[in-house]
Amino acid sequence: MSSTIANRSSRSLIVISSAFVLLWVIVASFPFLWTLWGSFKVQGDFFSKADWTQALTGTRTLIETGGTFTGKGYEGAWVQEEFWRAAINTFIIVFFTVVISLTFGTLGGYALARSGHNYSFWLLMIALVFRAMPHITLVSGYLLPFFEWNLWGHIPTAIIVLVAINQPFTLWMLHSFFLNIPKDLDESAKVDGCNQFQAFRHVIIPVMWPGVITTGLFSFLLAYNDFSVTSMLLSEENRTMVPAIYGFLGSTQEEGNVMFAVASVVSATAPLFVLVMFFQRQIVSGLTAGAVKG
Amino acid sequence: MRHKTFLWFILPSLAAMILFIALPLVSVVVQSMHIEHEQVLVVTENCGPFGCTQESSVDTEATAKLRAEQPLGRFAGLATYFDRGHLASAEIAEAWANRESLGDFFAELYNLPFYKALAFTLTYTFVVTPMVIVLGLLIALGVNRLTPALKGPTIFVSLLPMIITPLIGSLILFWMIDAQGVIGKSLQWIFDDPELSLKASPPLTWITLIVYGIWSGAPFAFVVFYAGLQTVNSDSLEAAMIDGATKWQQIRYVVIPHLMPLAVFISLMQLMDNFRVFEPVVGFSAQANAPSLSYIIFADMRSDITRFNSAAATSVLTVIGVTILLAPVLVRTWRDFKGKAV
Repeated sequence: MSSTIANRSSRSLIVISSAFVLLWVIVASFPFLWTLWGSFKVQGDFFSKADWTQALTGTRTLIETGGTFTGKGYEGAWVQEEFWRAAINTFIIVFFTVVISLTFGTLGGYALARSGHNYSFWLLMIALVFRAMPHITLVSGYLLPFFEWNLWGHIPTAIIVLVAINQPFTLWMLHSFFLNIPKDLDESAKVDGCNQFQAFRHVIIPVMWPGVITTGLFSFLLAYNDFSVTSMLLSEENRTMVPAIYGFLGSTQEEGNVMFAVASVVSATAPLFVLVMFFQRQIVSGLTAGAVKG
Repeated sequence: MRHKTFLWFILPSLAAMILFIALPLVSVVVQSMHIEHEQVLVVTENCGPFGCTQESSVDTEATAKLRAEQPLGRFAGLATYFDRGHLASAEIAEAWANRESLGDFFAELYNLPFYKALAFTLTYTFVVTPMVIVLGLLIALGVNRLTPALKGPTIFVSLLPMIITPLIGSLILFWMIDAQGVIGKSLQWIFDDPELSLKASPPLTWITLIVYGIWSGAPFAFVVFYAGLQTVNSDSLEAAMIDGATKWQQIRYVVIPHLMPLAVFISLMQLMDNFRVFEPVVGFSAQANAPSLSYIIFADMRSDITRFNSAAATSVLTVIGVTILLAPVLVRTWRDFKGKAV
């Protein structure tokens, strides 16, 4: 008797929790699917004055272009507005930011993990405070000096700034990865006559890659997703994708230009999708690495 | 590790942080205490048949030269902090003296740009953070019950709102809630009000931004909680079950206490990230109804005449705000550290 009640209640619990997860999956994915679908339509369908089902059927698109799908938004963004320049700039900035961040971060994180001195604790605390600084407040500190010293607008400036903003997080993450690598490993190398740097070079570097890849993913996301630094510190021709999309919005008075922004939004999202698809496990483990420590 | 070796290892990272995080903070403080040079006035005397008149005019050339030579401007002390755009001490004193009721006073306060931004930023931070934790926990509990084959794809989809560029994520939703977008249209149909627009009224804008914040923050909490659920001790769950605990009681008395440290971690991260809310305000074009502290700094730097001192003063106040938010955590860590040392 009691077991049937328990069974029934647990069955209803399963139904409720599955329904909830299903609802969440829809909430999380629908905006992306909708925008991807809509990016192949004309503005009259994407924002339908008459009936929202037009966005599905593509009524206006058929009238205006002769087909139910159109690549006009993409053509306008990539060819006419030269979005490819922004894509190249993004690639350069993200690539160098990730490489330099990881180089600095592995050295620093390793030192913090192996030093038992008080000051390494303080450095980690200071890094935590730096991590909390709103990026835009730092940008307001850069702007005037960079104007004065003619550093403003160049790609290398944005790279080094992004590297620095990235450091606190990178240090914390790699520090906790290096704590997981047994100390005996480099100790025994030192017994064999290596100095600290040689121990790092020959013993630690070969085993650190999983941690470095995970940290690199997050550095990538930070540099790729940044808006405050790239929109304020880069000149127009050096703009990356995110400020370029923001730029499209400023010039949306003309009919159809909104679709350029929609198309470029979809284009800029695609690499992120690929990234999650291939590195889902690393992202999940990276997010939890900090938590399990804390 | 010896001090010298440590220094060499940490040097590049430390140099980057000092040059581009610590010094900019100093630069912000210095800038906030300066103000742009006033225009240079020249007084000329015109003498005509009816006597002499003195006329003062702006010497644009000299002004431009002075401003170019000293871009920082002249020292102004804390003047910028107390002006109308920031702490507005004079305006507040006046509003307090002339208040008719407390509500009236707060309405006056809300009209001042800094306090308006502060009100939104704090509301956003303290509504989004707990909601993210609750929603993340619910999703984690739900996903944990799924069959293994479904878990992978569900986690993939769940990560999307988090990894998406904040500006892009908010734009996508902004287009959907447009009065002619799919969500906007649906809401008009549900509430049977063809004039309904989420952009028009301040409360609805606030709600929209908060919903976006929860949408984009929940995946982080979900992933952390989900990982935590994998390490729940099955013995204690079983013991609770034998003692006759219902599913709900098992969650309440076994699972949640186990996840508590993770909740602390998530709230720390979320407080930091939500306090600097910025891109959603830009993406949703919500600056009129819901400016955040970060946004007003951005607006000062974006305006036709860059107001460095104003942006800097808001920045300093924001940094103070962040420090106050973090203070409990820092104090606790310091105590732990001292405890360990003793």
